[in-house]
Amino acid sequence: MSNEATRENLTDKNSKRSTVAADKFYRIGLTACATLILVILIAMVAVMTQNSWLSIREFGFGFLFGQTWDPVKNQFGALPFIYGTIVSSILAIIIATPISVGVAIFLVEQAPKWLARPMAFLVELLAAIPSVVYGLWAIFVLAPLLRVYVQPFFQETLGFLPFFKGTPTGIGMMTGGIILAIMITPIITAVVRDVLEAVPVTQREASLALGATNWETTKIVLVNASSGIAGAIVLGLGRAIGETMAVTMIIGNRSEISASLFDPAYTIASVIANEFTEATGDLYLSALIEMGLILFLVTFIVNGLAKLLILSVSRKTEQGH
Amino acid sequence: MIEKRRLTNSIMTTLTAICAFGVVGVLLLVLGYIAYQGITSLSLQFLIETPKPVGEGGGIGNAIVGSLILLGLASLVGIPLGIAVGTYLSEMGDGWFGTIVRFVADTMIGIPSIIFGVFVYALIVLQQGYFSTLAGAVSLALIMIPIVTRTTEEMIRLVPKSMREGALALGAPEWRVTWDIVIPAAMTGIATGAMLSVARVLGETAPLLFTAFGSRFYNIYLDEPMASMTVQIYNYAISPFEEWHAKAWAATLVLVTMILFINIIVRYVTRRKY
Repeated sequence: MSNEATRENLTDKNSKRSTVAADKFYRIGLTACATLILVILIAMVAVMTQNSWLSIREFGFGFLFGQTWDPVKNQFGALPFIYGTIVSSILAIIIATPISVGVAIFLVEQAPKWLARPMAFLVELLAAIPSVVYGLWAIFVLAPLLRVYVQPFFQETLGFLPFFKGTPTGIGMMTGGIILAIMITPIITAVVRDVLEAVPVTQREASLALGATNWETTKIVLVNASSGIAGAIVLGLGRAIGETMAVTMIIGNRSEISASLFDPAYTIASVIANEFTEATGDLYLSALIEMGLILFLVTFIVNGLAKLLILSVSRKTEQGH
Repeated sequence: MIEKRRLTNSIMTTLTAICAFGVVGVLLLVLGYIAYQGITSLSLQFLIETPKPVGEGGGIGNAIVGSLILLGLASLVGIPLGIAVGTYLSEMGDGWFGTIVRFVADTMIGIPSIIFGVFVYALIVLQQGYFSTLAGAVSLALIMIPIVTRTTEEMIRLVPKSMREGALALGAPEWRVTWDIVIPAAMTGIATGAMLSVARVLGETAPLLFTAFGSRFYNIYLDEPMASMTVQIYNYAISPFEEWHAKAWAATLVLVTMILFINIIVRYVTRRKY
C-alpha cells in the first residue's frame, strides 16, 4: 500500500521534472528562433559591409557625391542613382498621398459597408500584383499612353518649366514615378484606413452633434490621425525607395542627372538589378554591394520612423478610451 | 454660409469617391489587359515546354516547376521559423527583447527584396562560385520569415487568455498549452498568413536575379541555377522581340492567376471572422 503510494509519488515527481525540462526546452527553443531574426539583421549589415569594403576604402564618403559611374575606368559615384531614387520616390508620394487618403476616407467615413468591404479588398489586391507585372504593363500600356497624350499636354501647357523640357519618350522619370505611385497607393491606403478606424467614434458623434457636416467631421478625424497618416506616407516612401523591377523596366536606366521628368534616370535598386550579374572586377561588384548597403540602411531607418509614427496614433487613441 | 458648407461637403465626398473608384479602375485595367493579352498565346504546349530561341515557340514549363520548387524550399524553412518567432512574440515577447525582435521583424518587412538577393549573393553565391536553387530559396525564405512572424503574432494574440489559463490550471505544461490549445485555435489565421507570404514570394523577381539566376532547362538540383516564372517574364519583357512579349503576357496571366487565386481563397476563409 505504502509502496504503491511512493511509486505514484515518484512517477508524479518524474513527470513534473520532465514537464519543467520540456517547458525550459520550449522557452529556449522559441527564444533561439526569435534571436535568429536579430542574427539575420546583424549578418546582413556585416556581410554587406565586408563585401563593399573595397569600395568604401577607395571612395569614402565621396562615393555619395560622385557623379561618374564608369566601370571601364573603375570610377564609381552614387549621386545620379541617389538623385533618381529620391526624385522618383517623391514624385510617387506626391501623386499617391492625396489619392490614398481620399480612398481611405471614402472607405472608412463615407461608403456603406456593403460597398466598402469588397472595395477595400480590391484595393488590397493592387498590392498583390508582382512588381515585374507592373513593369510589363508600364512598358506596353502606360509608357505609350504618357508619350502620346500626357507628356505632350504637359509640354504645351507647362513647357517653360525645366521639368517638362526635352522629347517625350514615355520612358523616364515621370513614368517611373507614376508606376511607383500606383504600387504604393494600396500600402498607404491600408495604413490610413487602420489609423482612421482607430480614431474613436465618439469624436465623430460629438462633431456631428454640434452640427458639422460630414466633411467637417472628417477633417477633425484627419487632424487627430495626422501623425499616423504621416507614418503611412513615410511607409509608402520606404516602399518607393526600394521598388526594383517595375522601375528598372521603365525608368530608362541612364546615370545622368537631369531636371526634366521626360528624361531617363536610374535608381539605386535598378542599378543593382541591372548590373550585378555583369559586374566584372572586384571594385565594380564592391561598389554595387555598397549601393545595396546604402539602400538597406536608408529603408531600415525610413521604415523604423514610419513604425514609430503609426504606433504613436494607436497609443494616443488607446489612452483616449 | 450653410450653403457653402454643404457644397464643400458634397464636392469632397465626390472627390473621395472618384479616388476610390479610380484606384479600383486601375486594378481592373491592369488585370483586364493581362487577361486580354495573355489568353491569346496561352496553350498547353506553352505550359509544358522550355524556352526556345525566337521563332521556335517554347514555353514556361521549367519556369513553373522552378518557381514551385523555390517556393516549396523557401516555405519549408520560412514558415515554421516565422511561426516560431510569432509564437515567441505573442506568448513571451512583452519584455525588452521581444520589443526589439518585434521592431526588427516589422522593419524587415519593408526592406527591399533585392537587398536579400545582394545579401545571399555575398553570403552563398560568392563563396560557392555559382548561382544555385539553394541560394534562391534562402533569399525567398528570408523575405517570408518576418511576414509570417507578424501575422502569426497577431493571430495568436486573438486567442482568449482564458483558454490558456484554463489549460494551465488543469496542469498542462506551457509547451502543451501552446502546441495543443493556442496554435490549433489560431490555425486558420496562421495558415492564411502563411499563404499570403507564399503569394507575395511567388511574385518576387529581384532577389532571384542573382541567386537562382534562371535556366533554360528543367532542373531539380539544388546546386544548379533554377528558372522561375518571374525572371522568365522579365527576360521576355525586356527583349526586343514581339513574339517574346506575347510570351511575357501569357506567363504573366499564369502567375497573376495563381497569386489572385491564393488571395481570394484567403479572403474567403477569413471572411466570416474579420
